[in-house]
Amino acid sequence: MKVVVAGAGSIGSLLAGHLARVADVTVLTRREEHAAALREQGLRVSGRSDFTAQLDATADPAALPDAELAILACKGTDLEALAARLDGTLPNATVMTIQNGLGAEEVVAAHGDWPLLSSVTFMSGTRHGDAHVEYVLDTPTWIGPHRGATEADARRVAELIEAGGLKAEAFADLRPAQWSKLIFNATVNGVAALTGLPHDFHFAQVESPSDLGILVRDLVDEGKAVAAAAGVELHDDPWSMNVLATERGHRHFPSMLEDVEARRPTELESINGALVREAWRLGVDVPLQTAVYRLVKAREASYSE
Amino acid sequence: MIGCGAVGSLFAANLSLLDDVEVWAFDLNELHAAAMNRDGLRLSGADEVVGRPHATSDGSELPPCDFGIVATKAMHTEPAIAATAHAFAAGCVATVQNGLGNEEAIARHVERVIRGTTFPAGKLLGPGHVQWDVKGETTFGPYDERTPFAEVERLADACTRAGMPAHAVEDARGPQWRKVIFNASTNPIGALTGLTHGRVCERPDLRALVTGLVDEGKAVAAAQGIELDADPEELIDHAARPEVAYDHKASMLQDVEARRQTEVDYLNGGIVRFGQEHGVPTPLNASIQALVKGVEASWTQS
Repeated sequence: MKVVVAGAGSIGSLLAGHLARVADVTVLTRREEHAAALREQGLRVSGRSDFTAQLDATADPAALPDAELAILACKGTDLEALAARLDGTLPNATVMTIQNGLGAEEVVAAHGDWPLLSSVTFMSGTRHGDAHVEYVLDTPTWIGPHRGATEADARRVAELIEAGGLKAEAFADLRPAQWSKLIFNATVNGVAALTGLPHDFHFAQVESPSDLGILVRDLVDEGKAVAAAAGVELHDDPWSMNVLATERGHRHFPSMLEDVEARRPTELESINGALVREAWRLGVDVPLQTAVYRLVKAREASYSE
Repeated sequence: MIGCGAVGSLFAANLSLLDDVEVWAFDLNELHAAAMNRDGLRLSGADEVVGRPHATSDGSELPPCDFGIVATKAMHTEPAIAATAHAFAAGCVATVQNGLGNEEAIARHVERVIRGTTFPAGKLLGPGHVQWDVKGETTFGPYDERTPFAEVERLADACTRAGMPAHAVEDARGPQWRKVIFNASTNPIGALTGLTHGRVCERPDLRALVTGLVDEGKAVAAAQGIELDADPEELIDHAARPEVAYDHKASMLQDVEARRQTEVDYLNGGIVRFGQEHGVPTPLNASIQALVKGVEASWTQS
């Protein structure tokens, strides 16, 4: 089976490396040096897995093989540009998005009539260079059908990912899982970006009134009210997800925190922006989520100070 | 003077020039105290003054005084007054500090307390030398019925004669809450976003968040029967003008950039606490307090 993984950040690299053990993988990179490094050195995976994968790589979308599956694994902020590069390619592929937040499927749908799968991932990794990724958190990727794809398609991809050595699960309807993660990300990433704290015990601390966990819980409650108004029954309680993650003892630095520290644009619009706009559309009052959204947006504006 | 940083120095230096006033300055910074005793306390900027307070870092050296003025950061009120209360057994102690709760902390150690709010500002340039950035008014009022109003007037008169204009009013909570609401609604927004006051105010979405914070503060003030002496909204917009404080980095932003503990517990935290006592919900102020406390906590992470 031929698979294209477009985007080789930490998530893309983890997928490409593991899938290369069970499929013919081609990685689409932005930079030719990155593609050359992958072709010449293979992709080393360390951490929870330990192997070097042989795979093909290119920076030229026209050189991609006629794959059955393409996973678009860039950040949400880069998805529009990536989907535009793929316009007119991959005629027989089912395309899977894996971005945080909401709206990725619509961005891709505007650039081609591929059958679409949605997914959300909880795994994490750290890139140590163009040809080396460390597998850090072995939490699953959840997959569901979107336009033109079926639950059986989602199951086949989940099985392929599992065969490669990662964790995956298929759902008939991804929205309950997607919304659980949306609320979790909007809350945890936003609070981390504003405070500079990694996702650690402070996020679950609820003893005294000014403890951060109380704010986190209030933000989650607002998110749940939006999900309820949207008719989505959540797959997981985002507050429990938060507490569990802080109990793992691993101090995870959410990407939004890394982005503001490096003064890069964040995924704010597709995560917090998407949640707040859904709330407004549905007439749900979310003053605290709105405040976090506006504060991070202003923080991005401060880069030019 | 209990705490002789920037604001304390403005009072100490000016008051020490009056013939009928003897000023003692208590400050834990020993280099600053030694410089004051050796070379005097110099103010430059809005006015040039060299005052001659008696300075000490040892509270037990203070003689009995008619008045104390507390000018420490709010988190240092308790230890500062505990170390100096003996000097005010027969006197009154005023606060010119930021935030809410200072009067209560002082009243645990001293019987006669004066509530105060001051607008002059400056910064400590080095031992014995303070930059006087802006002049401004001070309002004093009795904290409770144990403080004779005549004493409040006597303190205000001395400050006014010394070039630090002050009024005595029966209820000084209006100016205090006006300043607290202003600071609590703008300082942490600057601290969390990195934006100057003017840039916070010119973003309509952020300005709306400021208004949300102001409205909670006003509701808590109203529930206590406090009449604000001016609308914080107008002061916020006034300060955002290019010729006023557009480029000003809020003191809390300066604190965060220097990784110094902020006064958020006495600003937003004070509004939250008084809100709870009077049954007024303050979710935005509580959230902002939690975020700034989170910023402070992030500094102790490895």
